[in-house]
Amino acid sequence: MQPTAETSPPVSEEIRKTTCYMCACRCGINVHMKNGKVAYIEGNRDHPVNKGVLCAKGSAGIMQHNAPARLRTPLKRIGPRGSGEFQEITWDEALDMATGWLAPLRAETPEKLAFFTGRDQSQSFTGYWAQQYGTPNYAAHGGFCSVNMATAGIYTMGGSFWEFGQPDWTHTKLLLLFGVAEDHDSNPIKIGLGQLKSRGGRLIGVNPIRSGYNAVADEWVGITPGTDGLFILAIVHELLRAGRIDLAYLTRFTNAPVLVNDDPTAPDYGLFLRDDDGKMLVIDRNSGKPAAYDTPGVRPDLAATHRQAGVTYRPVFQLLADRYLSDEYAPETVAETCGIPASRIRAIAAEIARVAFDEAFELEQEWTDFRGTTHRTMQGRPVSFHAMRGISAHANGFQTCRALHILQILLGSVEAPGGFRFKPPYPKPVEAHPKPHMGVTPNGPLNGPHLGFVRGPEDLLLRDDGSAARIDKAFTWENPLSSHGLMHMVICNAHAGDPYRIDTLFLYMANMAWNSSMDTTKVMQMLTDKDAAGEYVIPHIIYSDAYDSEMVAYADLILPDTTYLERYDCISLLDRPISEADAMGDAIRWPVVAPDRDVRPFQDVLVDLAVRLGLPGFTDDGGLPVYHDYADYITNHQRRPGIGPLAGWRGKDATLVGRGEPNPDQLTHYIDNGGFFEQPVPQEARYFKPWNTAYQDWAVEMGLSDNPQPYVFSLYSEILRKFQRAAQGHGDHQPPEHLRAQIIRAMDPLPLWYPAGQDSAQASEEFPVHALTQRPMAMYHSWGSQNAWLRQIHGVNPLYLPTKLWQENGFQPGDWARVTSANGSITVPVAHMAGLNPNTVWTWNAIGKRKGSWALSPDAPEATHGFLLNHLIGELLPAQGSEPRRPNADPVTGQAAWFDLKVKIEKADPPPEQAQPEFPPLRSQVGRGPQNLAWRVGK
Amino acid sequence: MHPAPSVILFTVLSGFGLGLLIWLGLGYPGVTGWKTFIFYVLAYGLTLGGLLASSFHLGNRKNALKAFSQWRSSWLSREAWLVLLTLLVMGGHGFGVVFLASHIPPLGWLGAALALATVFATSMIYAQLKTVPRWNHWTTPALFVSLALTGGALLAGQAGAATVLLTLGSALQLLAWGLGDRRFALRGHTAETATGLGQIGQVRQLEPPHSSPNYLMKEMVFSVARKHSLKLRAIALLLMFVIPLLLLVLLPGGFWICGFAAVSFFVGTLVSRWLFFAEARHVVSLYYGDATPRQPGTGQTEPSP
Amino acid sequence: MTQLPPATSRQLGLVIDLDICVGCHACVIACKGWNTEYQNTPLSDADAYGAAPSGTFLNRVHSYEVQPENGAAQTVHFPRSCLHCQDAPCVTVCPTGASYKRREDGIVLVNEDTCIGCGLCAWACPYGAREMDALAGVMKKCTLCVDRIYNKNLPEEDREPACVRTCPAGARHFGDLGDPDSAVSRLVATRDGYDLMPEQATRPSNKYLPPRPKDTLGEVDVLAPFLEPATETPEGFLGWLDRALEAL
Ligand SMILES: Nc1nc2c(c(=O)[nH]1)N[C@H]1C(S)=C(S)[C@@H](COP(=O)(O)OP(=O)(O)OC[C@H]3O[C@@H](n4cnc5c(=O)[nH]c(N)nc54)[C@H](O)[C@@H]3O)O[C@H]1N2
Ligand SMILES: Nc1nc2c(c(=O)[nH]1)N[C@H]1C(S)=C(S)[C@@H](COP(=O)(O)OP(=O)(O)OC[C@H]3O[C@@H](n4cnc5c(=O)[nH]c(N)nc54)[C@H](O)[C@@H]3O)O[C@H]1N2
Ligand code: SF4
Ligand code: SF4
Ligand code: SF4
Ligand code: SF4
Ligand code: SF4
Ligand SMILES: [Mo]
Repeated sequence: MQPTAETSPPVSEEIRKTTCYMCACRCGINVHMKNGKVAYIEGNRDHPVNKGVLCAKGSAGIMQHNAPARLRTPLKRIGPRGSGEFQEITWDEALDMATGWLAPLRAETPEKLAFFTGRDQSQSFTGYWAQQYGTPNYAAHGGFCSVNMATAGIYTMGGSFWEFGQPDWTHTKLLLLFGVAEDHDSNPIKIGLGQLKSRGGRLIGVNPIRSGYNAVADEWVGITPGTDGLFILAIVHELLRAGRIDLAYLTRFTNAPVLVNDDPTAPDYGLFLRDDDGKMLVIDRNSGKPAAYDTPGVRPDLAATHRQAGVTYRPVFQLLADRYLSDEYAPETVAETCGIPASRIRAIAAEIARVAFDEAFELEQEWTDFRGTTHRTMQGRPVSFHAMRGISAHANGFQTCRALHILQILLGSVEAPGGFRFKPPYPKPVEAHPKPHMGVTPNGPLNGPHLGFVRGPEDLLLRDDGSAARIDKAFTWENPLSSHGLMHMVICNAHAGDPYRIDTLFLYMANMAWNSSMDTTKVMQMLTDKDAAGEYVIPHIIYSDAYDSEMVAYADLILPDTTYLERYDCISLLDRPISEADAMGDAIRWPVVAPDRDVRPFQDVLVDLAVRLGLPGFTDDGGLPVYHDYADYITNHQRRPGIGPLAGWRGKDATLVGRGEPNPDQLTHYIDNGGFFEQPVPQEARYFKPWNTAYQDWAVEMGLSDNPQPYVFSLYSEILRKFQRAAQGHGDHQPPEHLRAQIIRAMDPLPLWYPAGQDSAQASEEFPVHALTQRPMAMYHSWGSQNAWLRQIHGVNPLYLPTKLWQENGFQPGDWARVTSANGSITVPVAHMAGLNPNTVWTWNAIGKRKGSWALSPDAPEATHGFLLNHLIGELLPAQGSEPRRPNADPVTGQAAWFDLKVKIEKADPPPEQAQPEFPPLRSQVGRGPQNLAWRVGK
Repeated sequence: MHPAPSVILFTVLSGFGLGLLIWLGLGYPGVTGWKTFIFYVLAYGLTLGGLLASSFHLGNRKNALKAFSQWRSSWLSREAWLVLLTLLVMGGHGFGVVFLASHIPPLGWLGAALALATVFATSMIYAQLKTVPRWNHWTTPALFVSLALTGGALLAGQAGAATVLLTLGSALQLLAWGLGDRRFALRGHTAETATGLGQIGQVRQLEPPHSSPNYLMKEMVFSVARKHSLKLRAIALLLMFVIPLLLLVLLPGGFWICGFAAVSFFVGTLVSRWLFFAEARHVVSLYYGDATPRQPGTGQTEPSP
Repeated sequence: MTQLPPATSRQLGLVIDLDICVGCHACVIACKGWNTEYQNTPLSDADAYGAAPSGTFLNRVHSYEVQPENGAAQTVHFPRSCLHCQDAPCVTVCPTGASYKRREDGIVLVNEDTCIGCGLCAWACPYGAREMDALAGVMKKCTLCVDRIYNKNLPEEDREPACVRTCPAGARHFGDLGDPDSAVSRLVATRDGYDLMPEQATRPSNKYLPPRPKDTLGEVDVLAPFLEPATETPEGFLGWLDRALEAL
């Protein structure tokens, strides 16, 4: 007799469908409910992002939602900052306190509020709030995350990888992945890789570390960190030399034929030749004469030159060919620097060309371009590229990202079937984005959006005395294209009073006293420093977190947030939606359970605060609230007439998409549809979107843009040239002397490579080894460690050493190493990895925890063995001679150069008891989690 | 394997107890009446004490009776039956010897056979495991049985038999160690066969699946340093065989001498049994082999031999 | 039913594709989540927020490095759970009959109502597929989601193991390996699926698909096809360009 197994247990009483927020990928989840509680979470099969699958973090959401580290009530600091001595207060007291600080500031010096919002998924809302408040000091975390990637993409082709586009997973046959461990598009990439490989397609992983995606790569290119630009341009060199480029594509869809002033003595040297309407000119092969680039029927000539008024003009393409055909970019020249044999670079270039051109295919789909030419088919180029922070988080990252885009554009694969595709609302050229704004009026709103895309030196946010208008010094000569702000500079600038002092630092969802900061030790000190009068240098700090993170102890007022299952959120087309290449989409979160603590959704709190402060946009002329909470805002706010945070079910009868008046039942429709809305892109509009009339018209109809805005890709960036030109002494807007050389070098209109920040010869000798971090797939930054399930997988993070360093130093399993950089020193456990660039060490990011935080016991391995590399990374580079110390950042965008870190390694003998440096334990605001868990909701 | 005190005590104590029962069943020492009572108490005490110890190894004692159900296939189940029968039969036999001063040979022989079978069944629990090549060999039952007989002989004051058995046992022990040391490799279990990745090349663990300890690692991925184990082997040999033999051979045989020899042998057997577990390498360790030490308490601190 | 059934009518199991497993641990946690809520007793976690958290998991993902004779070391992520062996040694050692192999589909299960937590089955398993739950005191193992695959309370499409349903890369397949015509059996045949530790003679049902050959471009093979220079003609790059444009 065989025992009987229960094969049909009841699964749940109800499924509530919402959106995951264990990371920023925004997958759809089915939350199974039992007794009104969350019992089990699985992926939503209908959801466009994850199509049913779910990552480890997503499935562990139940442990996050119930984590003992959840904050329970508003807190007011009563001990010294950093002591963790707080008093529980009511929400009324908390909001009165905040209003008491913020209202007087707004009346006199709104810029003395710095509002920065970390891993915020409601940036169009928080940004709007900050704009109505009137401070110029607002940004989210983009500046230290991937602004190089975002900005290089927008300035080159109107969108980037990251969340703005994806490989054509159904058609691509070869994918090159640069510097990606996990990315934001976490599940879609995994789904795509699985499909690609199951189809017999191939993956080339360019990454110093062979783990994760690079482990399944058919080819692993273990490049030396910071040298991708060279590697990419060497491939470009090979492709140009062999003539394996898509000339038809280049002439039609890029500025390759646009005429550039080639006279070094002319004031407009390097600028485009334009007609009276300001349109870029090309030579038409039909007539041999200049014509506007978008003239119907024009056949732009790449081979011509043009003389006009004594000045020679050459097409962009010729400048490009001149540069990259030079021996500087020959595989032999770059091989050693990149750590890749020349033969392998050649072979990879050949493989790319073979697949792009010999395996090319056409989709039977007619389409019409912006010049009115109808194409019978869509020309496919089944080679795609994807890249993320590995090339982005270096001081040469902007130009490296540009180089990668140039490569894929030369192949004609961007927006071609099989290549890289944008996700609506992208593509969007620079011109379709706002410029940054800084116009402050006491008691009034800012004169426009904070962040944007500058078109030239005149758009920088500089005050009359040339100093920065923003506390983070975004949009200054130091980093002109800092389109996402520079969150990592806020605390140190505010501490230094440079460019000015602030009064209140208002942070949301950012662990700035720990893993999000460079030089964590110093940042903790800056947050607690007092001035001569005994006052804190940063007088007020308000922080909203949902959990007892390291940052909590450093705030004066804590506004405890709900978990992601307890609130409304809006993942909006105004912000970073959930679109896929074939469909535009947006999504919500909604309270699938009610909070059981005295916590409030941060967005509701912002609405409340806005009303208390009487902010325009949130109050009417009589000072009465316009929205009673965030859900109301999501439903009824209109950014432009008919355009609101959500695109689905608009209009009184819920039939309108994209444009339409608000629908009071909109959220119910979203909930009924599984928490998201999706509108397919019409068939004929699916590829070649920047030039495809069908797409442009559809985008206008959907409210993604207000008029068709076709454009061509910028192989050559005239905007960059304008900055370079200014640095060469032209024009009214002039950089400070000490930055001229840097601007001339970094703001080259054609991508180039220069060694990353800490690769100077002297530094390399003293600190020869590159040190990197990677995202573990099963952890999200600091916030995964409170998760009882996930922390068993990644409770510690050894420093992985390549075989060479392992053997040279005689390391054995169980050993520890002292790791020193120009900025400091840490002592940490080590482990051996053979599939690693021989000059690189790495560890998992953000596993190390400060003792006492996150409701973990003080002897938790995260606190005793886990560690951060951040102690080694300074926000400024070591001094070079008498010059002011330069930021450890990309000179174009200000992107934090996390991955430029160079170190030296010694065996720590005897090893310490605990990872060093050690900090005193934090006082927990939530007590300790339970000893044992036997989690079961049902029964 | 993790040398859990409960299992070590169980096998050693019950081995001694059952060994003594074998001798008692066979009619040694040839006494009857109250004098014998103490032997039976000792034998039952040891056997039951062992059983009690073993129950600490159970996660869920309330179901313990269920362990009798699978005698057709499970050595553990067979052991349970056999020990029960042994205790019953020998109880009957003992009753006769102690209270009726009458020795019923067929009953005694049956009891002795059952006791022997029990020890054998215990040993087969280990010997049957292909997953632990060191155990998976005839030397395991041979050694268990020999040690039980020896212990019993010493307790029963059978100096002559004990001398022979000790000599035999030492040879068996050395053989078991000697052959056992090579068996894992001989069976061809490697990280390459465990993962099936040997086609590509040599396999090494990069990152364990969990940074914190789990049941498998605590229970099965245990290793002792070679140095350490050689020292312990020497100690075990000394206590189990050398000292008892010297006592028995050099000193005039007698109850007390046997007693001292038995104590030495007992302690030595505990050491040997500790090594029996600690040196036994389970094939699952191949999946964790050369594991990077992640945090204290994960058991493994160096590559398995 | 400690004895193994003579033959099972079907042999359900998993096929794991090591060529595309990215080591994300999604299957690990989906399994933990499902079985915590739906197994007889939850999969517990001892010292959950402490120094040595130790919980029960039925599926774990290792990472290995494999060093070929030539070329760079390769990283292979390697999920490991019960293989539902046809000659399951874990079953025959069980003294209580708690461990058994189902006649109808070959799934190996533990009946928690009779398990005494002796741990012997875990010792008998070569693959580390069984874990004793520290709090419940009973043996836990992969059930092949027997409470999902036949579950009438789940929509048809969801009647597959939780780990398979969640795997983002699609590296896990579920099906009847006893049927040579099933999709999984065909996959195993075309991709040379193999058994783990065949020398243990357990005849696992689960199969592993090996990683495809790697690093074949350039590094070792100097004869790899390179691009022919086309623009290095006497007329130079511009000459080539002009001709190429004419041909468009
Ligand atoms: N699971 C999980 N997912 C996440 C996050 C998380 O914490 N956990 N965080 C989210 C966030 S905020 C971000 S920004 C994204 C980041 O996603 P990723 O871009 O994947 O970021 P990292 O993990 O930092 O990985 C950087 C990768 O670049 C490689 N690399 C470093 N330097 C170089 C180089 O010079 N050249 C090349 N070719 N490679 C290099 C590193 O080895 C590493 O593999 O992930 C998001 N998704
Ligand atoms: N060495 C090194 N450092 C790095 C990086 C690196 O690659 N290497 N990467 C950098 C990058 S790209 C990023 S994006 C940052 C990420 O760093 P952070 O943006 O600081 O991310 P987290 O550590 O996740 O911290 C976010 C905070 O949000 C809180 N939180 C979580 N959920 C909620 C919620 O629902 N509501 C509220 N109000 N709060 C919540 C968490 O408790 C946590 O305190 O790290 C940066 N730091
Ligand atoms: S990738 Fe994972 S954590 Fe991120 S949203 Fe999707 S399921 Fe959630
Ligand atoms: S894998 Fe282990 S637990 Fe599963 S059937 Fe085979 S022997 Fe038994
Ligand atoms: S632990 Fe339970 S299932 Fe395993 S052998 Fe013992 S009784 Fe059987
Ligand atoms: S089949 Fe079910 S029980 Fe087995 S590993 Fe997968 S999820 Fe876990
Ligand atoms: S979910 Fe899939 S890809 Fe991720 S570890 Fe498991 S098998 Fe591998
Ligand atoms: Mo980030």
